[in-house]
Amino acid sequence: MSDPLVQIHDLHFSRGDKKIFDGIDMEIRSGRITAVMGPSGTGKTTLLKLIGGQLKPDAGEIIVDGQNVHQLKRADLYRLRKKMGMLFQSGALLTDLSVFENIAYPLREHTNLNDALIRNMVLLKLQAVGLSAAHGLMPAELSGGMARRVALARALALDPMMIMYDEPFTGQDPISLGVLVKLIRETNQALKLTSILVSHDVAETLSIADDVKIISEGKVVADGTRDDIVQSESPWVRQFIDGEADGPVPFHYPGASIEQQLLQGVA
Amino acid sequence: MKVLTGMLTRLGRASLFLGKVMAGIPQLFLRFGLVVKQVYSVGVQTLFITLVAGLFVGMVLALQLYYTLSTFGATDTLGMLVDLSLVRELGPVVAALLFAGRAGSALTAEIGLMKATEQLSGLEMMAVDPVERIIAPRFLAGVISMPLLAAMFSAIGILGAYSVGVDLLGVDAGAFWSQIQAKVDFYEDVLNGVIKSFVFGCIVSWIAVFEGYDCIPTSEGVARATTRTVVYSSLAVLAMDFVLTAIMYN
Ligand SMILES: Nc1ncnc2c1ncn2[C@@H]1O[C@H](COP(=O)(O)OP(=O)(O)OP(=O)(O)O)[C@@H](O)[C@H]1O
Ligand SMILES: [Mg+2]
Repeated sequence: MSDPLVQIHDLHFSRGDKKIFDGIDMEIRSGRITAVMGPSGTGKTTLLKLIGGQLKPDAGEIIVDGQNVHQLKRADLYRLRKKMGMLFQSGALLTDLSVFENIAYPLREHTNLNDALIRNMVLLKLQAVGLSAAHGLMPAELSGGMARRVALARALALDPMMIMYDEPFTGQDPISLGVLVKLIRETNQALKLTSILVSHDVAETLSIADDVKIISEGKVVADGTRDDIVQSESPWVRQFIDGEADGPVPFHYPGASIEQQLLQGVA
Repeated sequence: MKVLTGMLTRLGRASLFLGKVMAGIPQLFLRFGLVVKQVYSVGVQTLFITLVAGLFVGMVLALQLYYTLSTFGATDTLGMLVDLSLVRELGPVVAALLFAGRAGSALTAEIGLMKATEQLSGLEMMAVDPVERIIAPRFLAGVISMPLLAAMFSAIGILGAYSVGVDLLGVDAGAFWSQIQAKVDFYEDVLNGVIKSFVFGCIVSWIAVFEGYDCIPTSEGVARATTRTVVYSSLAVLAMDFVLTAIMYN
């Protein structure tokens, strides 16, 4: 059994009055692909931002590679981040730079490689996501799915030890979806990466994940290897994996019921 | 009371932010290309409106002053008066107001949109400090551009006044220039004007980058921040102008 690369202890986090995490414990084991699933709005993106040190928890700690993320000095945090790649839900490409320059950016910032080497590396990364011919385009000229693939190439540019994917499959056609699934699995094996994969695409996610965590309403409701989850009898898990509206996981945003709201009339 | 504490905390945040931006400036000497690129988009693109405005302000000043001066038979001093008004007051102030409207708003909108589209977060996760790479070059470019723009505003304003005063109204060209040469003092007038526009450049750029960085990352938030930049920096420029004038020419 491999060591945990990320350890989360008793994590609490709120946005205003809204509690997003209410005491979460989690371990992400190194060298594996861990899927984090849960209904929309439960805080999956928030969790990735907490791990990356962009948000501060109200209580609890997050330890990445033996370092407590939220007690690091700035310089150390930045050093740690060089080893973490993150693929944002929106892509987050720099809109004033071309696709090529976007991927070259982290290389230029953090390495002393010469231009010829950078060029080769960028083109290879783009080739891996099927977009080497698109290197001259600007981000505004890409479709949402293409932008996310470019962002993936950028996240891989520095060969990190760990990569966090926020919804990599959204907006991909079946072919690029297949390629992405394969790419994530292969990079994880070839580069001995640790991957955290946030996704709603149950079938694709389960096809590559080694471990699965399901979070709902601020708690981890299921945690185990893929096989544990697939065979689980738990109603939480079954509802999520089989995609049923009724069950313990609420589909509706918490608050007054629709009957109450309709009866109140127009405010 | 609540409004006041709200304003004070915002001012505090803005000051801390300014400190961080300043700390990022020394780094820029190694990457001066970033600043040059921003001087182009902040400064050069504001040049056209500044020059046109300067030309018209100079021409109007010449017209107005000519009729007043001619009743005293003192039209020879036209050049000197126009020059003093432009260099001491109108150049720095009007150029700064135009700068706030043209460049300041664009800066806020650009930074705000980068925040809304997670580009700033993306940089942070690439272990690149957005304050150093995105904010500081833009701030510095604003500070560098402002005195240059004000100087060009004044220069073209004087040419505008010359064309109206000398070519149109018949003031003697020699008197126009020699009065300027004799009465406009380099330290007292020109240098003080440059100091003013430098201060205005700092204020407008500071407000613009802070509003962008601090905005609520939605379309509406960016729109509001942009408006605030123009309003706050215009008011700040006018208020600061009064203070500086009082100190310089008490
Ligand atoms: N900047 C913010 N300010 C206030 N609340 C926020 C902010 N960002 C997110 N939230 C709230 O935090 C909760 C979790 O958001 P998050 O983006 O982490 O969800 P998610 O699980 O990634 O959802 P999705 O699957 O739709 O991407 C949401 O309910 C949202 O209302
Ligand atoms: Mg999300």
